[in-house]
Amino acid sequence: MIRLLQIEFIKLWNNRASKILIISYFFILTSIALVAAIKFDIGPVKFHMAEIGIFNFPYIWHFNTFITAFFKLFLAIVIVSMMANEYSNKTIKQNLIDGLSKKEFILSKFLTVVSFALISTIFVFIVSLILGLMYSDYDELSIIFSDLEFIVAFFFKLLGFFSFCLFLGILVKRSAFALGFLILWQVLEGIIRGLIRWKLFDGDTTETIMGFFPLQSMFNLIKEPFTRLEAVQTVANQVGEHINLNYRVHWYEIVIVMAWTAIFIYLSYALLKKRDL
Amino acid sequence: MSTILTVNNLTKKFGHLTAVKDLSFSIEKGHVYGILGPNGSGKSTTLGIVLNVVNKTSGNFHWFDGSVSTHEALKKVGAIIERPNFYPYMTAVQNLKLVCKIKEVSEDKIEEKLELVGLLDRKNSKFKTYSLGMKQRLAIASALLNDPEILILDEPTNGLDPQGIHQIRQIITKIAAEGTTILLASHLLDEVEKVCSHVIILRKGEKLYAGRVDGMLASHGFFELKCDDMKKLVSTLKANPSFLEIKQENGLVTAFLKEEMDAKHLNESLFKNGIVLSHLVKRKESLEEQFLTLTKNQSN
Repeated sequence: MIRLLQIEFIKLWNNRASKILIISYFFILTSIALVAAIKFDIGPVKFHMAEIGIFNFPYIWHFNTFITAFFKLFLAIVIVSMMANEYSNKTIKQNLIDGLSKKEFILSKFLTVVSFALISTIFVFIVSLILGLMYSDYDELSIIFSDLEFIVAFFFKLLGFFSFCLFLGILVKRSAFALGFLILWQVLEGIIRGLIRWKLFDGDTTETIMGFFPLQSMFNLIKEPFTRLEAVQTVANQVGEHINLNYRVHWYEIVIVMAWTAIFIYLSYALLKKRDL
Repeated sequence: MSTILTVNNLTKKFGHLTAVKDLSFSIEKGHVYGILGPNGSGKSTTLGIVLNVVNKTSGNFHWFDGSVSTHEALKKVGAIIERPNFYPYMTAVQNLKLVCKIKEVSEDKIEEKLELVGLLDRKNSKFKTYSLGMKQRLAIASALLNDPEILILDEPTNGLDPQGIHQIRQIITKIAAEGTTILLASHLLDEVEKVCSHVIILRKGEKLYAGRVDGMLASHGFFELKCDDMKKLVSTLKANPSFLEIKQENGLVTAFLKEEMDAKHLNESLFKNGIVLSHLVKRKESLEEQFLTLTKNQSN
């Protein structure tokens, strides 16, 4: 296992584009939180992000995982191109000839993806913890470590998404087209949602069905955190609107994403096994 | 003698096209094999199958005694198929380190193998800056990293300039001299003739011949003759039952033997008949001639 990770590491770390993307990804993960903490303090209007409660435990777990998840696109590019490059350089062929089995090849890519997701999760956990300790109004241990399911959900969300990217890389074999396909898929899920809502079911049922689609299921894992903010809820209450949303991470949502992860990795393997190189 | 590769009734179909048809052969340790065949005769497909990159349609093959899986066996094989494939953004050394990781061998042979192929002074240059000849030589170095039981080369001199071809051939000869088993696929017959002791000849995916190079045709060779009175020479030769066929072209008479006869004997008997030769050469058919005869015979 270590050997497979080392193999991938040599391939990735010596590629300047990948290296820059990986470094900037982690840099942005760190700095986005820090910037948010200071930036809003300046100006004639005293508006401190920290004071409206976004850095309060346990809300910060929800907020930070939701926001940082958007930056996964950086790594998506790295993953898609690390897969597609193997095809365009024909190095996948050479790897197999040199004695890597097809299973090991997929496993080495999957392990890399798991590492990416894991490191990102640990990173977000640490950054959020530090930010929270600095700005949170509550600092009892029991509050700090509540709602940690968002961190778990974050891990599975990234893992699922990266596995999808991996599969697209193998399927399409060209990084640009694979990324295009990813966007196309997003649009496609939107169209399907529209069609189901229009012709078949009511809003709630449509949402339930959409929850089984890969990208939507990944998005569902961490719901938007904004309406949960006290400030927003106060405003909503004042205009007579009552917001009642379910913010929790549900176990069945994680199961759906895990199932997609398994499907994508298995399909990647099946595809590689079936193809003549 | 131990067997390195055994192939039984291997068949590969690409849709309607049968690229390899019911092919069987085996590779023994210590020989230098050539796989010959025109373009599209299934050479690369066959190699692709035994090297785990092309799926077979039917039949089977196994490496060594068949006790290890193909990908484990491939760690003891060095192979280059068609173009050299490396990571363009990595240097020669980085690429070779990666190969070491895959093959699970130590990295201390890298310098030695780079030296062998004459790339030591360019070891820290990126692969993409290499010329085709250098790329091909790096591929050979990479294939040799594990001191393989067998070295498989598919068209190693394709697309190279004469100098590059010469360098690659020298390296191959050097490796063959060390006793490494080599399997060389090529459509360049003189290339195979120069280094191979055994050949496997393919045409349209079918095996025409497998065995020693000199046993390819049951031929006893031929004489090239010249004298002042060519007419008399031809008629004398035609009267001799030892000859199969007499041809006359470019001022030379070529007489193909039906049975073994040495040059001295022929010279003697012609002289007795009053024919004094100005030119006498006994030759075996070159691989090219044998190959063409064989493929022609089969197509009739």
